[in-house]
Amino acid sequence: MIWLTWRQFRAQAVVASGALALLAVAFAVTGPQLVHLYDTTVATCRAQHNCSIAINAFQGEDNFLQNLTRLVMVAGPALIGMFWGAPLIAHEVEVGTHRLAWTQSVTRLRWLTVKLGLAGLASMAAAGLLSLMVTWWSSPLDRVGAGWLAPSVFIDRGIVPVGYSAFAFALGVTAGLLIHHTVPAMAVTLAVFAAVETGFALKVRFHLMPPVRLVSALNMGWVTETGTGGLAGHTSFFVGITPNLPGAWISTSEVTTAAGSTYLGPVPHGCGANYTYSACAAVIARMHLRQVVVYQPASRFWTFQWYETAIYLALAVVLAGFCVWWVRRRVS
Amino acid sequence: MTAVLKAQGLGKRYRRRWALSDCTLDIPAGQVVGLVGPNGAGKTTLLHLAIGLLQPTTGQIEVLGDRPPANPAQLARVGFVAQNAPTYGGLTVAEHLRLGAHLNPGWDAVMARDRIERLGLEPRQRVGKLSVGQRAQLALTLAIAKKPELLILDEPVASLDPLARRDFLQGLMEAVVDQGISVVLSSHLVADLERVCDYLIVLVGSRVQIAGQVEHLLSTHHLLTGPRRDPARLPEDQHVISASHTDRQTTLTVRTEGPIHDPAWTVSKIDLEDLVLAYMSRPADAGRRPALEVQR
Repeated sequence: MIWLTWRQFRAQAVVASGALALLAVAFAVTGPQLVHLYDTTVATCRAQHNCSIAINAFQGEDNFLQNLTRLVMVAGPALIGMFWGAPLIAHEVEVGTHRLAWTQSVTRLRWLTVKLGLAGLASMAAAGLLSLMVTWWSSPLDRVGAGWLAPSVFIDRGIVPVGYSAFAFALGVTAGLLIHHTVPAMAVTLAVFAAVETGFALKVRFHLMPPVRLVSALNMGWVTETGTGGLAGHTSFFVGITPNLPGAWISTSEVTTAAGSTYLGPVPHGCGANYTYSACAAVIARMHLRQVVVYQPASRFWTFQWYETAIYLALAVVLAGFCVWWVRRRVS
Repeated sequence: MTAVLKAQGLGKRYRRRWALSDCTLDIPAGQVVGLVGPNGAGKTTLLHLAIGLLQPTTGQIEVLGDRPPANPAQLARVGFVAQNAPTYGGLTVAEHLRLGAHLNPGWDAVMARDRIERLGLEPRQRVGKLSVGQRAQLALTLAIAKKPELLILDEPVASLDPLARRDFLQGLMEAVVDQGISVVLSSHLVADLERVCDYLIVLVGSRVQIAGQVEHLLSTHHLLTGPRRDPARLPEDQHVISASHTDRQTTLTVRTEGPIHDPAWTVSKIDLEDLVLAYMSRPADAGRRPALEVQR
């Protein structure tokens, strides 16, 4: 059964290995250059006081490969679900070869477990390898970036790609099993996977751990903007802060009154179109405003990674269990 | 003789439609069994129940003394070729044999290779490039080389041209004689089976109409021709299977164990094709239940 599974999976495995190898070469060539560039620009910029320019220039380096990497990491698990998962059973049922396989001297439980196990492990291995390469290659960029918890970076690093892959693969197999046609099953896999991943990122991930809620006197160092709003420009006034919490994932940051309600003005005397920013800042500093920041600190990156990976793996296991149940009872 | 296939009140329902109902059979070993019926009669359903691809809704089925699909050991004792003889189009002929060797403990590699050679199949050829007849032969090779005691073939010759049909049945019969395996094969055309079957099952409208040894069926069915009369007035032991009338003449197909004494009838022998057609043309719910049926 292992030989047959490998023989059927070979073509897909070769394509994926080829793509991984190409990426590996690209990373191997450009990775050391990126490290060198970091050492010569960003690492030395503090001495020359032009860090923001240096960082901007550095981040713009290898833009093509950066974008490609992001695309591969987002699309990779979906592709695995579509091209490895969906056809696994759907194609056999479509052309009837499952009746050939199931009437050899092998139970269909064994047939399915070997198929699921082998291709599932391959999916996870491919994603793990990809993530490892990307994490290594991006490390100089990550040192000046938004941090690993930023939603666009989080899904491309560490171990979550393994969970996504396992889930997408199991999802593809399940869709193929229920739909019996490869192409519609691929489409459903893509749609459901995208929906689950997006929904998870937007609605679930932040709440995996209770966030830190920082309430303190307004830190003038964090104030990055002030402005008037409302009708005629003087009914309301806002103070915007950008908390300096490196790598943290901030969900809300707002300025409140001493009583705790959101600060909305009125425009204090000393602020507005006729005054300088420093004059206005001096006024704001005397107003006893407070700040509320809700965030997940950067140190929780690996905890989040483990939680999310475990959840996706659990979903994959549930789907695989469903497939086993379905194949044993329903298909003929 | 022991039974290769025993069914008792066997039924299978898909949603609200019964594909097979109230099927009771007892097929002895060492026979070539033909399963005949129009398309959609339930032949495939019965065969899939026998190999364990389906589970019955009602009743029981035993194949070689076990309920299918019991375990790998039982699977090894039954060879199966599904309708249209599915094979892996992307694999070569040799890889199919390798697949058979990997998945079947009783695999006879020598026989499989010999058979492929005799058929003139190139081992390195991709199966997707073979003709329909060659694919059917390959599927049959896979099923035979696992050394089964029972071989189940679902419409094996339906898609073959007459020459491939003859070759296929010839190859099948050689294997049957060589290895003494029992065979169940289905077709919607009795002509396909006439030359090879010892035992016949007629399945119409999800019900078994009649089942028995071909010789016995031929000796208990008669074609009666005579002056026009009402078939209901026949003796008790004569069951009318089909009747047709002209103004002056009546033609009946009748089943009876005893002789026919009425001098008004001209009794002639019936051939298998007419016998099957008589059952097929009967409304599905007409007539008595088949002789073998057991009331539950």
